[in-house]
Amino acid sequence: MATAVQPENVKLALPKGRLLPATARLLKETGLEFEDYTQGTRSYRLKSIRQPYLSAKIFQEKDIPVQVAVGNYDLGICSLDWVEELVAKYPASAVLKIADLGYGMGNLYLAASRYGKLTSLHDLSDGQCSWRIVTEYSNLAELTALNLRLRRFKILPVWGAAEAYPPENADLVLLWAKDERDLEAQSLIPLKTSVSSSACLIANRESWRAKNVSQIISYFSRAFEMKDKPWLKMKMQPAKSSNNFRLDDGEEKIWLALPDGHQQPPTAEFLNKVGLEVQGYSEDRLSRRPVFKLDWIKAKVIRPQDMPLQVANGNFDLAITGQDWLFDHQCRFPSSPVDELLGLGFGEVRVVAVTSQGFSPSDISQLKQAQDSRTVPIRVASEYVNIADKYLRDNHVSRYQLIPTWGASEAFLPEDADLLIENTQTGKTLARHNLRIVDTLLQSTACLIGNKDSLGSSLKKKKIASLVKMFGQAMDDN
Amino acid sequence: MLPKDIEAFRYIEDVFRKSCLSWGYREVRTPTLEYLHLFTAAGTLTPNMLSKVYSFLDWDGWSGERVVLRPDGTIPVARLYIENLPQNETARLFYVTNVFAFEETGKQNRERWQCGVELIGSDKPASDIELILLAASTIRQLGISDVQILLSHAGVLNALLKELKLSPDEEVRLLDRILDGNWQALVEAKPKDTEISRLISLFLDLKGKTSGFLENLKAMPQLPVKLKTALANFAEIAGLLDALDCRYRIDITSTRGFEYYTGLCFQMSAKGCKISSGGRYDNLIPLIGGKKTPACGFALYVEPLSDLMQSKSKQKTIPEILIRCDAMTTDAVRASFELAAALRAAGYVAELDFNGRQTGGRWVVTVPEKPVTFTVMDTSRNQKKEMSAMADVVKIVGGSA
Repeated sequence: MATAVQPENVKLALPKGRLLPATARLLKETGLEFEDYTQGTRSYRLKSIRQPYLSAKIFQEKDIPVQVAVGNYDLGICSLDWVEELVAKYPASAVLKIADLGYGMGNLYLAASRYGKLTSLHDLSDGQCSWRIVTEYSNLAELTALNLRLRRFKILPVWGAAEAYPPENADLVLLWAKDERDLEAQSLIPLKTSVSSSACLIANRESWRAKNVSQIISYFSRAFEMKDKPWLKMKMQPAKSSNNFRLDDGEEKIWLALPDGHQQPPTAEFLNKVGLEVQGYSEDRLSRRPVFKLDWIKAKVIRPQDMPLQVANGNFDLAITGQDWLFDHQCRFPSSPVDELLGLGFGEVRVVAVTSQGFSPSDISQLKQAQDSRTVPIRVASEYVNIADKYLRDNHVSRYQLIPTWGASEAFLPEDADLLIENTQTGKTLARHNLRIVDTLLQSTACLIGNKDSLGSSLKKKKIASLVKMFGQAMDDN
Repeated sequence: MLPKDIEAFRYIEDVFRKSCLSWGYREVRTPTLEYLHLFTAAGTLTPNMLSKVYSFLDWDGWSGERVVLRPDGTIPVARLYIENLPQNETARLFYVTNVFAFEETGKQNRERWQCGVELIGSDKPASDIELILLAASTIRQLGISDVQILLSHAGVLNALLKELKLSPDEEVRLLDRILDGNWQALVEAKPKDTEISRLISLFLDLKGKTSGFLENLKAMPQLPVKLKTALANFAEIAGLLDALDCRYRIDITSTRGFEYYTGLCFQMSAKGCKISSGGRYDNLIPLIGGKKTPACGFALYVEPLSDLMQSKSKQKTIPEILIRCDAMTTDAVRASFELAAALRAAGYVAELDFNGRQTGGRWVVTVPEKPVTFTVMDTSRNQKKEMSAMADVVKIVGGSA
């Protein structure tokens, strides 16, 4: 196996989440094992156990094609759909698909709700409709809509939970699913299969041309020749939350969006304190459509990041999200009709500017001075692109490059970004990763938001007011 | 664009505007930002062109509606016509505008300028001719010679496609490939009917130079009706061009880029550069929400035109005068500005200099510290004269112009 050539240092980008267990198993079986590459790991920078010239970092899958394309990493492993999403908008991206690794198989489907009016692609040729497409893959969605020659369409980009939107809040959804049965379980019917995807080994084009990465590639090639491929047999992911549609023709309902993820447990606790009984909104039994005992409240569980936009466009009357996400939305759309109705006190975080300990500026003015003497732009990674943008503009930082991330931003410092705009509860995670807070941009708690323009009929208005009052009273009882 | 590029640009624009105005056209301007849905309907832009639009969110981006940087000049003008102009009259409109296309390499222009003309409300072959002659005459006035005119006909192409009996989906997809320049796709579609197959190769391979060529095709036995109608229209236009002594070449495969063309299409080139293209688009206006209205138009491409006539635009008829004032006394400065104003009022270009510049322009007038007299230097003849009155300076400069 040994080659005469001294191997060059190779950087690998590895996925978090869904693909992690099988990827870790594949690497282990082929002899490319990394320390600490396990589900729930707290480190981002990984050392190869046997190959000293190989290093790796863990990213959200969606970030991997971008990181490889810009040349921060020589190789990466991610699902093919994210590569296609990048290439759909930027066909000249410097990313090469090297090998299909065969696990994490699934498809990107253009789907509609089983309970909506769409049953086939044919129904889309109605020229009068403006089709609402909800998706995490906004580039591919736009391309798909253009190729289908949809006369009019709207893309509603979301961070997740796309399956929860149709039929009331979107006509179409472009999403990844294992197979059609997986779709059916979400009450969706496929109209078109657009990309079939599985885990894929990708490479940066320049690295591939100029660097010898053959040794690493040959490890993967060996995996293909193995008789037993245990990584192909691994269960990918526990079943998603349920999404049981209930037909409901009653009018004057109040649509409420509830958060999933970290904000779910404290929100459930808060609703309990308010005295609102709700089924299907607990960590172990999460439904995308929980049921309130108070039958004029209709609820869906979506990502808190997506709520301000969804309240602005009238899909929801009320939502429980964070002030951080509301502010990010308002930075992007200053004339948005969304406003905070009530601060809820829980889910406290600070949005902070962070550098690594080795990066010398200790506040933003020093950073600006340091920046003025540099010829390359400062790289700023953030989930809050609009807050980050405003912060840098307000501080007159002249040249910066915003790197949007989809979580796990801490991993970017110091190699792949100079500054982070990130949230933190205690600051402990940041300290553990050897990072330093240089500024606090915002204190944020959970809040109830509403749409000031579209409060609808006076009956609806009354119901919203009474709900806000109930929430307010629960706050006062504290 | 640098000053010399703008000079060439303005020259083209001036010639184009004067030319259009003299043919009875009126100038319009449309917004740079337009709604994406205006361009997405089938029959407007091909998916390949649509994949190159700059699209993004507007102030009300939460609605999901997207806006684009204008990717095409004709569609916005069609919208302007539908929304603002009386629908039963013929509209003769022209514009000078920039269009934007996503550029993958970062090496070429994302923004291109064109001079466009739209004739809306006439289905007469004479209107197609009007546009060809207007384009040709404008190009001639720009001093560009050896212009080749290439004719094709989207109606003929569509009739041929219909003969392949594809599903509407497949037909649009094939048309898109063809319009992106892949004519081979039509041959590869391999119709089962050998008769049709023969017809297709006959149309694709042959090129002609007179309307007689089209008459020959039209006279072929067993032609489908739609094809015959399209050919008759094509032949009529070609016949009129023959009568007007306007030379052209016929090449069915020269149609490119736009799904919205329905009838005659033309392209003009000089020294191998495409400098203009246009055609008839009778279905576009109904497609984007207007009444059934026939229309045709063309665009001149500013960049290649500018390259072809670089030297032309440098001709200047007005003498340039440099007024030099070395002393910063109140009297001298005032006299300088007053002299410059007098010269400008007389129609000359007068540039002021207070920094001791030696050259610039044919005439150099020096204003001394106590402006009793002016020194007028004619650099082309190397002659110097002293003058005491501003009127004399204006006169001597004028006498030479």
